[in-house]
Amino acid sequence: MSFLDTQFNDNIIIAKVDDLFNWARLSSLWQVGFGLACCAIEMMATSASHYDFDRFGVIPRPSPRQSDIIIISGTVTLKMALRVKRLYEQMPDPKYVISMGSCSNCGGPYWEHGYHVLKGVDRVIPVDVYVPGCPPRPEALLEGLMKLQEKVRNESMIKKSA
Amino acid sequence: MKSEEEIFNILKENFNDDVKELVKQPVDRYILCDPIKINDISLFLLSNKELLFDSLMNLSGVDDANGKSKATESITTIEGGTLSVYYHLESTKFRHKVVLRVSTPREKPEAASVALVWRSADWHEREAFDLLGINFLNHPDLRRILMPYDWEAGYPLRKDYANPEFYHGMKVPY
Repeated sequence: MSFLDTQFNDNIIIAKVDDLFNWARLSSLWQVGFGLACCAIEMMATSASHYDFDRFGVIPRPSPRQSDIIIISGTVTLKMALRVKRLYEQMPDPKYVISMGSCSNCGGPYWEHGYHVLKGVDRVIPVDVYVPGCPPRPEALLEGLMKLQEKVRNESMIKKSA
Repeated sequence: MKSEEEIFNILKENFNDDVKELVKQPVDRYILCDPIKINDISLFLLSNKELLFDSLMNLSGVDDANGKSKATESITTIEGGTLSVYYHLESTKFRHKVVLRVSTPREKPEAASVALVWRSADWHEREAFDLLGINFLNHPDLRRILMPYDWEAGYPLRKDYANPEFYHGMKVPY
């Protein structure tokens, strides 16, 4: 029995539907188990015990159909961009995108001579949060996730968010 | 263990004009060969009892960019000149090494495939085909390996390559 269990037995909690739904959504943002390059190593480090993505409710799912967010972690090549787009389209609404690292933000070091690199994943799918870095530290990715949670917390079922 | 001169002399005895010269430079001196006969030369290097080059360490294509370049406002094109393929070989038994080079005209770049001599050449040749457009004759499976199969903008590592404006509706330049 935790502290909360002993305090509120047989009680009714009244909340706005928006608040309840948003709270539920932001507390279990399941991500697509998907990585592209060196950023993916950092993302896996964030998932592991030291940084523990799971404390935010983020767990990797093997299928985009069970996922809420997709973290684009690495260089998006033109060949991969078509696949990334398809993965995104397979996810059910509501869905969110975190663009992780310089490559997926804007092409990164490949911005000029990378004949094979898409210069920013936002040319293919809409991005909610950009995390800068090359690659970003796990702390930065966690910060990006918290920014996304902030965004989800302020959403409304009636008002369409921008 | 044989020196490059000895290896060159053995090849010269067996292949006459198909083996052209031993080009001497400070590092990685190479033997210039005929691009259509390179598979015969390779098979000889592999099977000869004195040479036994059983390891193809690397195979790489190069754009020599030694033709005439014409620059207009937006694009540069190169006419004439050659594309080359370098073969780095080693014998794991005798511990000697050699570098071969073939040069093939830019307008119709063709070299015989050595994929059936050293299996490791298979993907290396596909890469040279993908990025430079060198056509390897009698290759078992000559498809693009890195770029998308439907890539139609040309061969990216050629010096006169220009990026396309769009690929499947995605803007390519920065």
